[in-house]
Amino acid sequence: MSTDAPSKEDVRETDGAPEPPRRGNRGRTIAIVLAPVVLFALLLASGLGNDPHALPSELIGKPAPEFSLPRLDAGGTIDSADLSGQVVVVNFWASWCVPCRDEHPALDEAWRRYRERGVVVLGVSFEDTPEGAMDFRNELGGDWPLADDPGSETAIAYGVFGVPETFVIAPDGTVSAKTTGAVTYDWLTDEIERALRKGDVE
Amino acid sequence: MSARTRSIALIVGAVVVVGLAALFASAGSGRASLADRSHEIAAGLRCPVCQNLSVADSPSGLAGEMRSEIATRLRAGESPEEIRAFFVDRYGEWILLEPPKRGLNLVPWAVPIVALIAGVAVWVMVVRRRGTGGEPEAPGSSERPTAAERERIDRDLADLQEPG
Repeated sequence: MSTDAPSKEDVRETDGAPEPPRRGNRGRTIAIVLAPVVLFALLLASGLGNDPHALPSELIGKPAPEFSLPRLDAGGTIDSADLSGQVVVVNFWASWCVPCRDEHPALDEAWRRYRERGVVVLGVSFEDTPEGAMDFRNELGGDWPLADDPGSETAIAYGVFGVPETFVIAPDGTVSAKTTGAVTYDWLTDEIERALRKGDVE
Repeated sequence: MSARTRSIALIVGAVVVVGLAALFASAGSGRASLADRSHEIAAGLRCPVCQNLSVADSPSGLAGEMRSEIATRLRAGESPEEIRAFFVDRYGEWILLEPPKRGLNLVPWAVPIVALIAGVAVWVMVVRRRGTGGEPEAPGSSERPTAAERERIDRDLADLQEPG
């Protein structure tokens, strides 16, 4: 075999045609064709892990939508106008929502830590019955105000995609932060402190 | 003659009647059916709690409430544009099933055209280079052997070398 092998190269040399570059060209052509395809595939693939609902709120920096909601844990209504000048944590939640159970201790702790400083945590029931909401409260405890949202008007006004979602309203009445999914104690303290500082400056 | 005139009159009459009926029907639906206008707006909005369903198609509670919100706002005299803007202000352009064709949203429309132009340009360049590069080099035999021909040349040359 080894004696036969050189024949090909001999042919190439006697032919005089620049044969090796031609093969190199083919590799380059394949690379040129494949590179954009691969890059495009990578671009598309990079978006696969994204949660299509985890979007920054359109309301950040804008006036928080007003609400007047019937209270669930007590009588009467809870009105956004009565809370002006205060930091309000609006937590949309539901008894059927699993991550809402996970975030419950964080809300409880933030409420207990900040309520003396005029911070209000408000739970707004989302796509739930008043009975379901109160069962959840009785099961997990907590004593921050809870409100019903008939017709999901407030949820729509806040652009809620699902539960849980948590908004922080600064003392000036603008939405200063929003998070999707179970809220953490760290996030709450960071954002509440930031909103309180914002109030102090003014 | 009179029969012909009569038939023409009949056809003209029929056309007028059908035309008027269509006109009344369209005018009626355009003004009266709040449900249709409401549905049209809902069909263009993405249901927030679903995976790629419009507000009109989704059976979810939130979508139902968004539909009644649309109806309430239509009844209050808001235009479809104002209602869409209300939802965009809260949910962002995400909520629109067909985002407006401006700004960064133009990229998906522009990319295929740009790619096509670039592809044609590359193709023209390659063809041109091949045309000028191939000819002067081999005046006797202007055509290079094809892969099949080359294979045969290789085989024949190998055959020639083998006995020796």
